[in-house]
Amino acid sequence: MSKTRPTTQTTRRRMLAGAGALLSGAGLPIALVRPATAQVQANPAMLALAIRKVTGGAKVTPGKVKLEIPPLSENGNAVPLTVTVDAPMTKERYVKAIHVLSEKNPQPNVISAQLGPRAGKATVQTRFRLADSQTITAIAELSDGTFWSDTADVIITLGACLEDTP
Amino acid sequence: MARALINVPAKAKRGEVIAIKALVSHVMESGFRHTNLGVVIPRDIIDTFVCSYNGEEIFRASFAPAIAANPFIAFHTVATESGKIEFKWTGDNGFAATETATITVE
Repeated sequence: MSKTRPTTQTTRRRMLAGAGALLSGAGLPIALVRPATAQVQANPAMLALAIRKVTGGAKVTPGKVKLEIPPLSENGNAVPLTVTVDAPMTKERYVKAIHVLSEKNPQPNVISAQLGPRAGKATVQTRFRLADSQTITAIAELSDGTFWSDTADVIITLGACLEDTP
Repeated sequence: MARALINVPAKAKRGEVIAIKALVSHVMESGFRHTNLGVVIPRDIIDTFVCSYNGEEIFRASFAPAIAANPFIAFHTVATESGKIEFKWTGDNGFAATETATITVE
């Protein structure tokens, strides 16, 4: 297993560094030798701020949008995602934008897509990363200025974004 | 030059809604990862994707670091006329890639 060796190396290095710090009298906690990466995480307040940025403070109504993500993923490095908006795509009425936001990734934004009446069908599909099990939100902006949303719960066994290089 | 894969039907009927898929090879380094020594690996992502149909922009997406490596995107458009569909990706460190597909509309 290629994964086990670097971990042992890191531990030894970390221990040595920690021991060095203790010996030199600095008394640095071992956690400081290697920054705790898990602390970088968006929180519900950041998500709310990101939603406000997207909508400009307008009301978001649940409905019309369908967000499809597999409910359980073993690996958070590439999770497929499909957003479909149930709305006509005509010159007068169409879906202007589709945004996907996360709750527990380091940053709340995932993707923002700008569509127009020429899209024919308001669907966007991509693959994204998930740092943790969480609720994902999709928001659609219609040409009449209304915002619609849908959420999906995802369970991740192994998170992405924050893991260190081997 | 980054390798890009695109999927556009070669032929379509006028007014038909066609599916477009595009994938480009890129690490999409999030900027949140560290090396073994605790040094942050700088962010290196593709942040913008633009698709134009005969010069007119039909789809645009902004990617966050949360988009998986080798960003894949699929969307739809109405086949209006024969011509070229151009794909353009731009990102950090001056990354730029373009790809073109030809479509015949009957």
